[in-house]
Amino acid sequence: MGAYLASEDGFKPPSTADFNLPPVFGDNPFTTKPIFLAFFSVILISVFFILSSRKAAIVPSKFQFAGESIYGFVRNDLARDVIGHEFMRFVPYLFTLFTFILTNNLFGIIPFLQFPTMSRVSFPYVLALFTFVIFHYVAIKHKGLIAYLKEIMFMPGVPKPVYILLTPIEVATYFLVRPLTLSLRLFANMFAGHLLLLVFILGGEHLLSGAIGLKIVSPFAFAFGIALTFFEFMVQCLQAYIFTLLTALYIAGALADEH
Amino acid sequence: MSLNTLNNWAAGEELNPLVPHTAELIVGFVAFTLLFLVLRSKVVPMFEKAFAERTEAIQGGMEKAERAQLEAERALTQYTTQLNEARGEAQKIREDARVQGAAIIEDLRSKAAEEAARITASATAAIEAERQQALTSLRNEVGALATELAGKIVGEALDDQVRQSRIVDRFIADLEKSK
Repeated sequence: MGAYLASEDGFKPPSTADFNLPPVFGDNPFTTKPIFLAFFSVILISVFFILSSRKAAIVPSKFQFAGESIYGFVRNDLARDVIGHEFMRFVPYLFTLFTFILTNNLFGIIPFLQFPTMSRVSFPYVLALFTFVIFHYVAIKHKGLIAYLKEIMFMPGVPKPVYILLTPIEVATYFLVRPLTLSLRLFANMFAGHLLLLVFILGGEHLLSGAIGLKIVSPFAFAFGIALTFFEFMVQCLQAYIFTLLTALYIAGALADEH
Repeated sequence: MSLNTLNNWAAGEELNPLVPHTAELIVGFVAFTLLFLVLRSKVVPMFEKAFAERTEAIQGGMEKAERAQLEAERALTQYTTQLNEARGEAQKIREDARVQGAAIIEDLRSKAAEEAARITASATAAIEAERQQALTSLRNEVGALATELAGKIVGEALDDQVRQSRIVDRFIADLEKSK
């Protein structure tokens, strides 16, 4: 469609190539935009929360209240409500996870940054790996290796022939599906969202350079792009929440006794 | 992997977006670990401290209020008891005063009666004495007068004292007899 409507050079729709940003300094692969963004998020989050928690006043300032609300949300609504009485051990991890994902997601719609770090699949992979290691480690420590494997492979209270079907499913769930869905859900949401924004905004820009009829249409493309930005904001928050919630659920499952 | 990636950048090829990049994996790991360490050591303890202090402050306030209420209740009980005691005491004092008043009145009354009796008695005695005195003096005077009168009438000088007195006595005795 782009090629058909375009005047001279033709419209090249955004593709996966738009996510392969070249290194800023020469050939050093550690100097790409997503890598800078990841480090920037670490500095941003650290500074924000250190400043807001520094005073730890009983009556919080607005700034402390802002930091505290986010921390309290992860601590109480995610960790405590899901994991139960042993939740405090996992609060630092869940808190880091939530703030790191949320900030990097929001980079997707922050002017001038405008790139969701999590649309580079490596980052979700790393985070999913952390969660994967943690919930298995917690389960093995809590139940013992043999008992844990037995629980996964031979779910109690099931007729024996069903194991032929159930065992592979359970094993795949615990060792493959969980980390993969965790990382790919986050990656795909950010990837698709960014692609969508690119389509409407670059498309609108391209329409603007076209014939008069196309110029009239282009504001609609921009308007849609703006509307989608708000939608993206929602998705970005939601994905950070889901990743953290699922991690908490897996940890809760690891701590739960056989049911 | 990274070499391959570089080649791809150079060639402008499209990469499979599901294939991770070594550099990004390392950075993801390092950045996340760094953030985790910072938040765990600097932020979480401070927020927990604030939460704990707040909880404590609220609980302390509640305990204080509870203590104050208890104190107030105790004071109220004490005041009520004291009030009741005071009321009882007042009642007792009134009772005592009534009894005492009655006793005093009774006492005064008997004293007054006694005094009255005494006054009456002394008055009676005085009157009796005076009467006696008057009687005696009257008798003497009447005797003298009667003698004088009789002497004048009879013309007989009755100057003999003994005779005179005997006559008078006889006369009075006659008078008393005839009465």
